[in-house]
Amino acid sequence: MARATISAQFRTAASKLTADLKHRGWISKSLRGYETSRRGNQAKYGDWNSAREAAGSIKYEAVNHLDRYLEEFARNFEANGGKIFWASTGEEARDYVVKLARDRGVRSVIKSKSMTAEEIHLNPALEEAGLPVVESDLGEYIVQLRGEAPYHLVFPAMHLDRHEISTLFEEKLGSAPTDDPERLTMIAREVMRDKYLTADMGITGANFAVAETGMISITENEGNARLTAALPKIHVALMGIEKIIPRLEDLALFLPMLATAGAGQPMTCYNSLYTGPRKAGEVDGPEEFHLVILDNKRTQLLADAEQRDALHCIRCGACLNVCPIFRNVGGHSYGTTYQGPIGSVITPHLRGLQNWKHLSAASSLCGACTETCPVKIDIHHHLLHNRRNAAQGKQTWYEKIGFRLFAWAARSPGLFRFGGRFAGLALKLRPRGPLDPLQAWTSTRGFPTPAPRSFNAYWRSRKGGP
Amino acid sequence: MKIALFIPCFVDLFYPQVGVSMVKIFERLGHEVEYPEGQTCCGQPAFNAGYWDEARGAAENALQVFRDAEVVVSASGSCGAMMKVFYPELFAKTPRLPEAEALAAKTFEFSDFLVNRLGVHDVGARFDHTVTFHDGCHGLRELGIKKEPRLLLAQVKGLQLKEMGEAETCCGFGGLFAVKFPQISTAMGEVKCASIAETGVEFVVSNDSSCLMQIQGILDREQRPVRSLHLAEVLAQS
Ligand code: SF4
Repeated sequence: MARATISAQFRTAASKLTADLKHRGWISKSLRGYETSRRGNQAKYGDWNSAREAAGSIKYEAVNHLDRYLEEFARNFEANGGKIFWASTGEEARDYVVKLARDRGVRSVIKSKSMTAEEIHLNPALEEAGLPVVESDLGEYIVQLRGEAPYHLVFPAMHLDRHEISTLFEEKLGSAPTDDPERLTMIAREVMRDKYLTADMGITGANFAVAETGMISITENEGNARLTAALPKIHVALMGIEKIIPRLEDLALFLPMLATAGAGQPMTCYNSLYTGPRKAGEVDGPEEFHLVILDNKRTQLLADAEQRDALHCIRCGACLNVCPIFRNVGGHSYGTTYQGPIGSVITPHLRGLQNWKHLSAASSLCGACTETCPVKIDIHHHLLHNRRNAAQGKQTWYEKIGFRLFAWAARSPGLFRFGGRFAGLALKLRPRGPLDPLQAWTSTRGFPTPAPRSFNAYWRSRKGGP
Repeated sequence: MKIALFIPCFVDLFYPQVGVSMVKIFERLGHEVEYPEGQTCCGQPAFNAGYWDEARGAAENALQVFRDAEVVVSASGSCGAMMKVFYPELFAKTPRLPEAEALAAKTFEFSDFLVNRLGVHDVGARFDHTVTFHDGCHGLRELGIKKEPRLLLAQVKGLQLKEMGEAETCCGFGGLFAVKFPQISTAMGEVKCASIAETGVEFVVSNDSSCLMQIQGILDREQRPVRSLHLAEVLAQS
């Protein structure tokens, strides 16, 4: 898609969503609830900011020695009987999974939540190969039924209320209407129970990969990822290269932080460590365990010393939750796999700066994201860095002229003052209504009138000048 | 102490009374105020748009104009943050970095200066009204200013501060963002103004006139009776 189309789509979607007061109200209300519980749980830490500091430095260590830790991880993972596939691109990752499924005669696939799978568009590839996939995470299942992308990294169906979900189930599954969340969960579970038993391949993501032990750690609230990993005969996990942490003990910090920052919980309900396929004498677990480790341009981000810390991200979603842009435009407007502030930072690296620079521009740089990020990524300053890099790569002619003039005037105080007086007059005399050159401001907001006497003039008269 | 004022361009043009109030307050406290007349813009519009070379042009003027100043006090948290936080980044790996760092070190936002540099909480003001305070993002998150304006307001006789729920939520101004993405900017402002209105106060006060321009613009459109004032304007009342 051309750049103009991608950014125009964002603008159109943003206009539609900001005009939808009901939607905005719903999202804000849910996120306010999250904020209250997060604040409560954050207060239980001896010092939340020291915890962030510690988490940030562990990630710093991992990301800045990624080669070593990835190797250590791979050695241990393979020693446990798992198989690793190193995928440079999304396509390689997809092909590997599809081929594996074909080779093993897989007939159906069950999947738990994985943003990496979203990133590489795995489901469409499997379906194209004639392999039906069912999402086992309730939120993911709901958006799958609607044919939508996840709305939020962590809460994929947060944009829907019970009523909408009930209507969806009624339409797609023929269930009776209900407003009871328990009942809705049960309806979905009934469908899934069957899928767990028949699927021959289970696909999961991974939240952390522990180099020291070769384990992957998966965090979830529903228990569906456990079943997805354990019941089918083949378990395939997907993760980006940045999911590494050095030591098992690091989880003692990361698991509660992920829960608190992401969902406002003290701890997520299920945290499981996966060590490898079923060994001789063990009664359960998959026969084969494959792990796809994905680069897909992450190494380019790694090479960028200024923004490398964006790879610290543990995908907790906290920056989305506090972002006033996200709250007002919603998750789908971004048109990206990763929404919100962190998505605006990394999407230009993953999918091209010029095509995705508008997301870095669509920010007031308020910094709420950076303030909340549990691993201390300098998120909003990276938006600034993206803007700078974009302007260095390709400048819009009118901005270029505008800022050259600006710089010229700003270096010449006399000219600047004259410009100010001229602007004051022009603002007073400008046409109003549809011809107002300040439409972009005035169509939704009042605009101040220039003061009768500028500060400059006041100062001069005070000094007894003209 | 001799205090050099930095009056951002839009304050000069639209809100000169903010500067006048600052002069009044500092003089009342017995300090000498100067206004180096060669000052222009801090360069933030170009900087935020990614045009760093052009921003450096504007910033070089500021380095020059304020070179001999003892301290520089900015009427806007945002422009203060530009000079204090972003100048060193803007001039990194250039020969003028030491000058940028020197200016950063002696630049203060207004409330930060009063409380942390002068050690003043009570400026002898009286204002018999209810107010709520909006934390401008740059002041709050780049400069870490939160308690300072509240310490000052707490000493104003007759003033009653009622905090709003969304005090720390961005008003949606964001410079050029406000006109590049007016729909998003306006939606953010609406959230802010609803929260202001909920408190039932007469005035919304902030240490950043740019935020107040956005907030007042939306209050006007929504025909809410709340008026906006810069912190200095409140502290200058007696
Ligand atoms: S950038 Fe930080 S806050 Fe945002 S999702 Fe990643 S870890 Fe969470």
